[in-house]
Amino acid sequence: MNQIPALIRVFAYLSLLTVGGGMAAFPEMKILTVDVHHWLSFPKLIHLYSVGQMAPGPNMMMIVAIGQWVGGFAGAIVTLIAFFAPTALLAFLVARFWKRLERWPWRKSIQEGLAPVSIGLLLAGCFTMAKGSVTGLETGAIAVCVLLMLLQYKINPAILVVAGAVIGIFTLSAQ
Amino acid sequence: MSDSAVTPPRSPAESRSASVDTSILAIFLEFLIIGATSFGGVVPYLRAALVTRRQWIDDKEFIEMLSISQSLPGLNATNMAVLVGEKLRGLMGSIAAIIGICLPGAVVMYVVGVFYRLHGDHEWATAALKGVAAAAVGLVLYTVVSLSKKALSRKFDFVFMAATVLAVNRLHWSVPRALIVVGLVSVLFHGPRVGEKARAWR
Repeated sequence: MNQIPALIRVFAYLSLLTVGGGMAAFPEMKILTVDVHHWLSFPKLIHLYSVGQMAPGPNMMMIVAIGQWVGGFAGAIVTLIAFFAPTALLAFLVARFWKRLERWPWRKSIQEGLAPVSIGLLLAGCFTMAKGSVTGLETGAIAVCVLLMLLQYKINPAILVVAGAVIGIFTLSAQ
Repeated sequence: MSDSAVTPPRSPAESRSASVDTSILAIFLEFLIIGATSFGGVVPYLRAALVTRRQWIDDKEFIEMLSISQSLPGLNATNMAVLVGEKLRGLMGSIAAIIGICLPGAVVMYVVGVFYRLHGDHEWATAALKGVAAAAVGLVLYTVVSLSKKALSRKFDFVFMAATVLAVNRLHWSVPRALIVVGLVSVLFHGPRVGEKARAWR
């Protein structure tokens, strides 16, 4: 069964939900890729997202792996384009017209008003992910430690994610 | 695509950076390097490369572009690439920048995806991934905290933030529905004051 059109539909839609960050689209991504299309399981989605945090560049590149699983190389390419082209086009148009809107009084209101909502969407995505990944004392401790370390020290988050993997191997493999 | 030597400068900041004639290839390579080296978040790497090293944009422009990137859908990294590319060389500049910044991570995740499918069920791999996922939750929480400190100007903003979380996680609203409903109320709440509006339309 050819899944390419479905991949394009799903990821072009998810693209437009990434207000404030990729995590904002996570609840919807879980519903569409796991519950609706059964492309992968919820734990696998969480694993891919998390591994993606260790890769350089924009932090939602895990979508490439989903595309690859569902539709091979072509699937990976169309997923990449579907996920980035719509918002890129929007950003391009805004770059062209934003200067002209400089004196429009609602411009500042839109920016200020969307800020709390986009942070809320990030937090909602984080809770959706925590439901699947913070399952016990050990994982809870890892999450809290990462948060506290980042608040306290100027440390590269990618290092902490690698540390999470190492701790995971030593403490979680028996379960 | 306009020749930057011919078009008249629109602002002092632009005239300074427009004198640096930037080729499409240079834009592509610079963003390719950022895309390949920016572990753990792109924004500081963007600033180091574009403002400090290349001086394609100044700090004020950088912050303004970042705030536009944050209020638009799309990732900060790719929106910034499009905005900076557009500023330097129009449409082709945008395309070169976004392909450059996406390419390395996409290749990495393609390979990871293939390996994960083959070896992801190994016991040690599953354990490592559980640890990684828990760390990622802490990472997103940190992003939420630091963004709240920077972007929330009024106490009441936390009400909109909480309303968004409840709408998505408790009421199971779709993300666009939450975005439109709560976003609309919030934007109206932040609407220009009567005085400002009157001044703008005078």
